[in-house]
Amino acid sequence: MSALGALLTQAPAVPAGSMSTGEAVAFWILGPVALAGGLGMVIARNAVHSALWLVLTMLCLGALYMAQQAPFLGFVQIIVYTGAVMMLFLFVLMLVGRESSDSVIEVLRGQRIVGIGLGLGFAVLVVAALGRALTEVAPAGVAAQNAAPGGNPGSIGRALYTDYLFAFELTAVLLIVATVGAMVLGYSERARSRPTQRGLVEARIRGEQGRPSPLPGPGVFATANSVATPALLPDGSVAPESLSEIIESTRRDTIDSDMGGVAGPEADLGARALRGPEPPAGSDQEAGR
Amino acid sequence: MSPTSYLLLSALLFSTGAVGVLVRRNAVVVFMCIELMLNAVNLSLVTFSRINGSLDGQIMAFFVMVVAAAEVVVGLAIILSIFKTRRSASVDDANLLKY
Repeated sequence: MSALGALLTQAPAVPAGSMSTGEAVAFWILGPVALAGGLGMVIARNAVHSALWLVLTMLCLGALYMAQQAPFLGFVQIIVYTGAVMMLFLFVLMLVGRESSDSVIEVLRGQRIVGIGLGLGFAVLVVAALGRALTEVAPAGVAAQNAAPGGNPGSIGRALYTDYLFAFELTAVLLIVATVGAMVLGYSERARSRPTQRGLVEARIRGEQGRPSPLPGPGVFATANSVATPALLPDGSVAPESLSEIIESTRRDTIDSDMGGVAGPEADLGARALRGPEPPAGSDQEAGR
Repeated sequence: MSPTSYLLLSALLFSTGAVGVLVRRNAVVVFMCIELMLNAVNLSLVTFSRINGSLDGQIMAFFVMVVAAAEVVVGLAIILSIFKTRRSASVDDANLLKY
Protein backbone atom coordinates (compact mmCIF):
# COMPACT_ATOMS: atom_id res chain seq x y z
CA MET A 1 0.00 0.00 0.00
CA SER A 2 2.76 2.43 0.91
CA ALA A 3 4.74 1.52 -2.17
CA LEU A 4 1.65 2.18 -4.23
CA GLY A 5 1.21 5.54 -2.50
CA ALA A 6 4.82 6.53 -3.03
CA LEU A 7 4.58 5.48 -6.66
CA LEU A 8 1.42 7.47 -7.12
CA THR A 9 2.65 10.59 -5.37
CA GLN A 10 5.82 10.59 -7.41
CA ALA A 11 3.99 10.00 -10.64
CA PRO A 12 4.49 12.95 -12.94
CA ALA A 13 1.78 15.44 -12.10
CA VAL A 14 0.53 16.18 -15.57
CA PRO A 15 -0.46 19.86 -15.37
CA ALA A 16 0.08 21.09 -11.83
CA GLY A 17 -2.16 18.82 -9.76
CA SER A 18 -4.67 17.11 -12.02
CA MET A 19 -5.10 13.35 -11.99
CA SER A 20 -2.61 11.21 -13.82
CA THR A 21 -3.63 7.98 -15.47
CA GLY A 22 -2.21 5.88 -12.66
CA GLU A 23 -4.10 7.90 -10.10
CA ALA A 24 -7.31 7.55 -12.09
CA VAL A 25 -6.84 3.77 -12.18
CA ALA A 26 -6.20 3.73 -8.43
CA PHE A 27 -9.27 5.87 -7.83
CA TRP A 28 -11.57 3.71 -9.92
CA ILE A 29 -10.36 0.61 -8.10
CA LEU A 30 -10.20 1.96 -4.54
CA GLY A 31 -13.22 4.26 -4.71
CA PRO A 32 -15.81 1.56 -5.47
CA VAL A 33 -14.15 -0.76 -2.92
CA ALA A 34 -14.39 1.98 -0.27
CA LEU A 35 -18.03 2.58 -1.16
CA ALA A 36 -18.74 -1.16 -1.03
CA GLY A 37 -17.09 -1.25 2.41
CA GLY A 38 -19.33 1.54 3.63
CA LEU A 39 -22.47 -0.12 2.28
CA GLY A 40 -21.38 -3.46 3.70
CA MET A 41 -20.91 -1.87 7.11
CA VAL A 42 -24.45 -0.48 7.06
CA ILE A 43 -26.00 -3.68 5.72
CA ALA A 44 -24.11 -6.34 7.70
CA ARG A 45 -26.20 -7.82 10.51
CA ASN A 46 -23.24 -8.86 12.60
CA ALA A 47 -21.50 -5.96 14.31
CA VAL A 48 -18.05 -7.56 13.93
CA HIS A 49 -18.61 -7.86 10.17
CA SER A 50 -19.57 -4.18 10.15
CA ALA A 51 -16.29 -3.31 11.85
CA LEU A 52 -14.29 -5.33 9.32
CA TRP A 53 -16.09 -3.66 6.39
CA LEU A 54 -15.23 -0.30 7.93
CA VAL A 55 -11.57 -1.35 8.19
CA LEU A 56 -11.63 -2.04 4.44
CA THR A 57 -13.10 1.40 3.75
CA MET A 58 -10.52 3.11 5.93
CA LEU A 59 -7.63 1.28 4.29
CA CYS A 60 -8.89 2.36 0.85
CA LEU A 61 -9.23 5.95 2.07
CA GLY A 62 -5.66 5.86 3.38
CA ALA A 63 -4.41 4.75 -0.01
CA LEU A 64 -6.47 7.49 -1.64
CA TYR A 65 -4.86 10.09 0.63
CA MET A 66 -1.46 8.87 -0.49
CA ALA A 67 -2.58 9.16 -4.07
CA GLN A 68 -3.67 12.73 -3.36
CA GLN A 69 -0.21 13.99 -2.39
CA ALA A 70 -0.93 13.52 1.33
CA PRO A 71 1.30 10.59 2.33
CA PHE A 72 1.51 11.70 5.96
CA LEU A 73 -2.26 11.65 6.37
CA GLY A 74 -2.42 8.35 4.56
CA PHE A 75 -0.11 6.72 7.06
CA VAL A 76 -1.83 8.39 10.00
CA GLN A 77 -5.14 7.14 8.65
CA ILE A 78 -3.89 3.57 8.46
CA ILE A 79 -2.05 3.63 11.80
CA VAL A 80 -4.52 5.61 13.88
CA TYR A 81 -7.83 4.63 12.34
CA THR A 82 -7.46 1.06 11.19
CA GLY A 83 -4.75 0.26 13.69
CA ALA A 84 -5.96 1.88 16.89
CA VAL A 85 -9.54 3.09 16.59
CA MET A 86 -10.96 0.04 14.85
CA MET A 87 -9.15 -2.32 17.19
CA LEU A 88 -10.72 -0.38 20.06
CA PHE A 89 -14.09 -0.90 18.39
CA LEU A 90 -13.44 -4.61 18.09
CA PHE A 91 -12.42 -4.81 21.75
CA VAL A 92 -15.62 -3.10 22.79
CA LEU A 93 -17.65 -5.35 20.51
CA MET A 94 -16.11 -8.39 22.16
CA LEU A 95 -16.85 -6.93 25.61
CA VAL A 96 -20.41 -5.97 24.75
CA GLY A 97 -21.07 -9.31 23.16
CA ARG A 98 -20.96 -10.25 19.53
CA GLU A 99 -24.48 -11.57 19.43
CA SER A 100 -26.03 -8.32 20.57
CA SER A 101 -27.11 -7.62 17.01
CA ASP A 102 -29.90 -5.33 15.98
CA SER A 103 -33.42 -5.98 17.08
CA VAL A 104 -35.88 -6.22 14.23
CA ILE A 105 -38.65 -4.50 16.17
CA GLU A 106 -39.26 -1.04 14.80
CA VAL A 107 -39.86 1.37 17.63
CA LEU A 108 -40.77 4.18 15.26
CA ARG A 109 -42.90 2.89 12.43
CA GLY A 110 -41.33 3.33 9.01
CA GLN A 111 -38.15 4.75 10.45
CA ARG A 112 -36.01 2.52 8.29
CA ILE A 113 -37.74 3.55 5.06
CA VAL A 114 -37.69 7.23 5.98
CA GLY A 115 -34.03 7.03 6.97
CA ILE A 116 -33.00 5.40 3.72
CA GLY A 117 -35.09 7.93 1.79
CA LEU A 118 -33.50 10.84 3.59
CA GLY A 119 -30.01 9.44 2.98
CA LEU A 120 -30.71 8.93 -0.73
CA GLY A 121 -32.14 12.43 -1.00
CA PHE A 122 -29.09 13.89 0.72
CA ALA A 123 -26.75 11.96 -1.56
CA VAL A 124 -28.59 13.12 -4.70
CA LEU A 125 -28.60 16.71 -3.46
CA VAL A 126 -24.90 16.88 -2.61
CA VAL A 127 -23.75 14.93 -5.66
CA ALA A 128 -25.85 17.10 -7.99
CA ALA A 129 -24.64 20.30 -6.36
CA LEU A 130 -21.01 19.20 -6.51
CA GLY A 131 -21.35 17.98 -10.05
CA ARG A 132 -22.83 21.32 -11.18
CA ALA A 133 -20.60 23.58 -9.13
CA LEU A 134 -17.18 21.98 -9.53
CA THR A 135 -17.08 20.81 -13.10
CA GLU A 136 -13.95 22.42 -14.48
CA VAL A 137 -11.66 22.68 -11.52
CA ALA A 138 -7.99 23.25 -12.18
CA PRO A 139 -6.37 21.86 -9.05
CA ALA A 140 -3.32 23.75 -7.90
CA GLY A 141 -1.75 20.68 -6.25
CA VAL A 142 0.46 20.65 -3.20
CA ALA A 143 3.60 19.45 -5.00
CA ALA A 144 5.41 22.69 -4.11
CA GLN A 145 4.77 22.27 -0.40
CA ASN A 146 5.67 18.59 -0.55
CA ALA A 147 8.98 19.45 -2.21
CA ALA A 148 10.05 21.57 0.77
CA PRO A 149 12.72 20.10 3.06
CA GLY A 150 11.19 17.29 5.08
CA GLY A 151 8.63 16.55 2.42
CA ASN A 152 4.95 16.42 3.19
CA PRO A 153 5.29 15.49 6.88
CA GLY A 154 7.89 18.21 7.36
CA SER A 155 5.64 20.86 5.84
CA ILE A 156 2.68 19.74 7.93
CA GLY A 157 4.79 19.76 11.09
CA ARG A 158 6.11 23.23 10.32
CA ALA A 159 2.56 24.54 9.87
CA LEU A 160 1.37 22.74 13.01
CA TYR A 161 4.03 24.28 15.20
CA THR A 162 3.76 27.79 13.79
CA ASP A 163 0.36 28.77 12.41
CA TYR A 164 -1.67 26.16 14.27
CA LEU A 165 0.27 26.05 17.51
CA PHE A 166 -2.63 27.11 19.73
CA ALA A 167 -5.03 24.62 18.16
CA PHE A 168 -2.38 21.93 18.51
CA GLU A 169 -2.01 22.66 22.23
CA LEU A 170 -5.78 22.57 22.58
CA THR A 171 -5.76 19.07 21.09
CA ALA A 172 -3.30 18.08 23.79
CA VAL A 173 -5.79 19.28 26.42
CA LEU A 174 -8.56 17.46 24.59
CA LEU A 175 -6.64 14.19 24.56
CA ILE A 176 -5.87 14.41 28.27
CA VAL A 177 -9.49 15.20 29.08
CA ALA A 178 -10.62 12.28 26.93
CA THR A 179 -8.21 9.92 28.67
CA VAL A 180 -9.34 11.02 32.12
CA GLY A 181 -12.98 10.83 31.03
CA ALA A 182 -12.57 7.29 29.73
CA MET A 183 -10.90 6.28 32.99
CA VAL A 184 -13.69 7.83 35.06
CA LEU A 185 -16.41 6.24 32.94
CA GLY A 186 -14.73 2.88 32.72
CA TYR A 187 -13.80 2.58 36.37
CA SER A 188 -16.40 0.68 38.33
CA GLU A 189 -15.95 0.56 42.06
CA ARG A 190 -17.27 -2.45 43.88
CA ALA A 191 -19.82 -1.47 46.52
CA ARG A 192 -18.36 -4.00 48.98
CA SER A 193 -15.13 -5.78 48.34
CA ARG A 194 -15.35 -9.54 48.15
CA PRO A 195 -14.37 -11.24 51.43
CA THR A 196 -11.02 -12.92 51.15
CA GLN A 197 -10.18 -16.28 52.65
CA ARG A 198 -7.84 -14.62 55.11
CA GLY A 199 -10.53 -12.17 56.18
CA LEU A 200 -13.02 -14.99 56.72
CA VAL A 201 -10.58 -16.91 58.91
CA GLU A 202 -9.76 -13.87 60.99
CA ALA A 203 -13.44 -13.06 61.48
CA ARG A 204 -14.10 -16.62 62.59
CA ILE A 205 -11.23 -16.61 65.09
CA ARG A 206 -12.39 -13.23 66.37
CA GLY A 207 -15.69 -14.93 67.19
CA GLU A 208 -17.89 -13.04 64.77
CA GLN A 209 -19.53 -16.21 63.50
CA GLY A 210 -20.52 -17.94 66.74
CA ARG A 211 -17.92 -20.65 66.96
CA PRO A 212 -14.55 -21.05 65.26
CA SER A 213 -14.99 -24.62 64.06
CA PRO A 214 -17.78 -26.17 62.03
CA LEU A 215 -20.60 -27.92 63.86
CA PRO A 216 -19.90 -31.56 64.72
CA GLY A 217 -21.71 -34.00 62.52
CA PRO A 218 -23.91 -36.68 64.03
CA GLY A 219 -22.27 -39.90 64.99
CA VAL A 220 -18.71 -38.64 65.27
CA PHE A 221 -16.77 -40.93 67.63
CA ALA A 222 -19.98 -42.92 68.08
CA THR A 223 -20.96 -46.48 67.32
CA ALA A 224 -23.67 -45.66 64.85
CA ASN A 225 -24.08 -43.13 62.10
CA SER A 226 -27.73 -42.42 62.72
CA VAL A 227 -28.76 -38.80 63.08
CA ALA A 228 -30.24 -39.78 66.40
CA THR A 229 -26.82 -40.72 67.74
CA PRO A 230 -25.15 -37.69 69.25
CA ALA A 231 -21.51 -36.85 68.68
CA LEU A 232 -19.14 -37.35 71.57
CA LEU A 233 -16.57 -34.85 72.59
CA PRO A 234 -13.04 -36.13 73.31
CA ASP A 235 -13.81 -36.40 77.00
CA GLY A 236 -16.75 -38.66 76.26
CA SER A 237 -19.53 -36.22 76.91
CA VAL A 238 -22.27 -35.54 74.36
CA ALA A 239 -21.71 -32.57 72.08
CA PRO A 240 -24.89 -30.56 72.46
CA GLU A 241 -24.56 -28.97 69.04
CA SER A 242 -24.84 -32.35 67.38
CA LEU A 243 -28.22 -33.18 68.87
CA SER A 244 -31.05 -33.00 66.37
CA GLU A 245 -33.68 -30.60 67.61
CA ILE A 246 -36.54 -32.53 66.06
CA ILE A 247 -35.54 -35.85 67.55
CA GLU A 248 -34.74 -34.37 70.93
CA SER A 249 -38.09 -32.63 71.15
CA THR A 250 -40.03 -35.75 70.25
CA ARG A 251 -41.41 -37.64 73.17
CA ARG A 252 -39.86 -41.03 73.64
CA ASP A 253 -43.06 -43.05 73.68
CA THR A 254 -44.19 -41.66 70.30
CA ILE A 255 -41.20 -43.24 68.54
CA ASP A 256 -40.86 -46.36 70.62
CA SER A 257 -43.06 -48.34 68.27
CA ASP A 258 -40.95 -47.31 65.29
CA MET A 259 -37.66 -48.08 66.96
CA GLY A 260 -38.27 -51.76 67.32
CA GLY A 261 -38.21 -52.39 63.59
CA VAL A 262 -34.95 -50.64 62.84
CA ALA A 263 -33.01 -50.85 66.07
CA GLY A 264 -31.75 -54.42 65.93
CA PRO A 265 -30.39 -56.39 68.83
CA GLU A 266 -27.70 -53.94 69.80
CA ALA A 267 -29.92 -50.93 69.94
CA ASP A 268 -28.86 -50.09 73.44
CA LEU A 269 -25.23 -50.05 72.45
CA GLY A 270 -25.56 -46.44 71.43
CA ALA A 271 -23.23 -43.66 72.19
CA ARG A 272 -24.21 -43.79 75.80
CA ALA A 273 -22.71 -47.24 76.16
CA LEU A 274 -19.31 -45.85 75.25
CA ARG A 275 -19.53 -42.98 77.61
CA GLY A 276 -16.70 -42.88 80.07
CA PRO A 277 -16.77 -41.40 83.48
CA GLU A 278 -19.15 -38.56 83.99
CA PRO A 279 -17.64 -35.12 83.40
CA PRO A 280 -16.96 -33.20 86.54
CA ALA A 281 -19.96 -31.56 88.09
CA GLY A 282 -20.70 -28.15 86.83
CA SER A 283 -19.63 -28.79 83.27
CA ASP A 284 -22.69 -28.11 81.26
CA GLN A 285 -21.65 -30.21 78.31
CA GLU A 286 -24.29 -32.88 78.52
CA ALA A 287 -27.73 -32.38 77.17
CA GLY A 288 -29.70 -34.99 78.97
CA ARG A 289 -32.31 -36.88 77.17
CA MET B 1 -10.75 13.83 -15.01
CA SER B 2 -10.60 16.30 -12.14
CA PRO B 3 -10.40 15.76 -8.38
CA THR B 4 -14.14 16.42 -8.22
CA SER B 5 -14.64 12.66 -8.37
CA TYR B 6 -13.02 12.43 -4.94
CA LEU B 7 -15.59 14.88 -3.65
CA LEU B 8 -18.39 12.79 -5.15
CA LEU B 9 -17.02 9.67 -3.50
CA SER B 10 -16.79 11.59 -0.23
CA ALA B 11 -20.44 12.69 -0.56
CA LEU B 12 -21.56 9.12 -1.22
CA LEU B 13 -19.61 7.80 1.76
CA PHE B 14 -21.04 10.54 3.97
CA SER B 15 -24.61 9.68 2.93
CA THR B 16 -23.93 6.00 3.57
CA GLY B 17 -22.78 6.84 7.08
CA ALA B 18 -25.81 9.07 7.64
CA VAL B 19 -28.19 6.30 6.55
CA GLY B 20 -26.39 3.94 8.91
CA VAL B 21 -26.82 6.32 11.83
CA LEU B 22 -30.52 6.63 11.08
CA VAL B 23 -31.18 2.95 10.45
CA ARG B 24 -28.94 0.88 12.72
CA ARG B 25 -29.84 0.20 16.36
CA ASN B 26 -26.63 -1.17 17.82
CA ALA B 27 -24.87 1.73 19.53
CA VAL B 28 -21.41 0.51 18.49
CA VAL B 29 -22.46 0.26 14.85
CA VAL B 30 -23.98 3.75 15.03
CA PHE B 31 -20.62 4.91 16.31
CA MET B 32 -18.85 3.25 13.40
CA CYS B 33 -21.19 5.03 10.99
CA ILE B 34 -20.21 8.34 12.59
CA GLU B 35 -16.58 7.37 12.03
CA LEU B 36 -17.38 6.74 8.36
CA MET B 37 -18.91 10.22 8.07
CA LEU B 38 -15.80 11.75 9.65
CA ASN B 39 -13.62 9.85 7.21
CA ALA B 40 -15.68 11.04 4.27
CA VAL B 41 -15.24 14.63 5.41
CA ASN B 42 -11.50 13.99 5.79
CA LEU B 43 -11.35 12.82 2.19
CA SER B 44 -13.05 15.99 1.03
CA LEU B 45 -10.68 18.09 3.16
CA VAL B 46 -7.66 16.43 1.59
CA THR B 47 -9.15 16.98 -1.84
CA PHE B 48 -9.82 20.66 -1.13
CA SER B 49 -6.25 20.98 0.08
CA ARG B 50 -5.09 19.67 -3.24
CA ILE B 51 -7.44 21.87 -5.25
CA ASN B 52 -6.37 25.00 -3.41
CA GLY B 53 -2.69 24.13 -3.41
CA SER B 54 -2.31 24.64 0.32
CA LEU B 55 -1.65 22.26 3.19
CA ASP B 56 -4.31 23.80 5.45
CA GLY B 57 -6.89 21.22 4.43
CA GLN B 58 -4.57 18.36 5.36
CA ILE B 59 -3.96 19.96 8.75
CA MET B 60 -7.72 20.26 9.25
CA ALA B 61 -8.05 16.56 8.42
CA PHE B 62 -5.32 15.83 10.95
CA PHE B 63 -7.21 17.72 13.64
CA VAL B 64 -10.39 15.90 12.72
CA MET B 65 -8.55 12.62 13.23
CA VAL B 66 -7.34 13.72 16.67
CA VAL B 67 -10.81 14.81 17.71
CA ALA B 68 -12.28 11.59 16.33
CA ALA B 69 -9.85 9.51 18.36
CA ALA B 70 -10.76 11.36 21.56
CA GLU B 71 -14.44 11.08 20.73
CA VAL B 72 -14.18 7.35 20.13
CA VAL B 73 -12.47 6.79 23.47
CA VAL B 74 -15.10 8.67 25.46
CA GLY B 75 -18.02 7.36 23.42
CA LEU B 76 -17.00 3.74 23.75
CA ALA B 77 -16.51 4.22 27.49
CA ILE B 78 -20.06 5.61 27.70
CA ILE B 79 -21.42 2.69 25.68
CA LEU B 80 -19.60 0.26 27.95
CA SER B 81 -20.91 1.85 31.13
CA ILE B 82 -24.46 1.86 29.73
CA PHE B 83 -24.02 -1.78 28.79
CA LYS B 84 -22.79 -2.56 32.30
CA THR B 85 -25.92 -1.15 33.92
CA ARG B 86 -28.56 -2.10 31.33
CA ARG B 87 -27.04 -5.23 29.73
CA SER B 88 -27.90 -3.90 26.29
CA ALA B 89 -26.07 -1.97 23.58
CA SER B 90 -29.18 -1.03 21.63
CA VAL B 91 -29.92 2.66 21.28
CA ASP B 92 -33.65 1.93 21.67
CA ASP B 93 -33.23 0.49 25.16
CA ALA B 94 -31.61 3.57 26.65
CA ASN B 95 -34.89 5.44 27.12
CA LEU B 96 -34.68 6.09 30.83
CA LEU B 97 -35.50 9.78 30.38
CA LYS B 98 -38.49 9.06 28.17
CA TYR B 99 -41.37 9.07 30.62
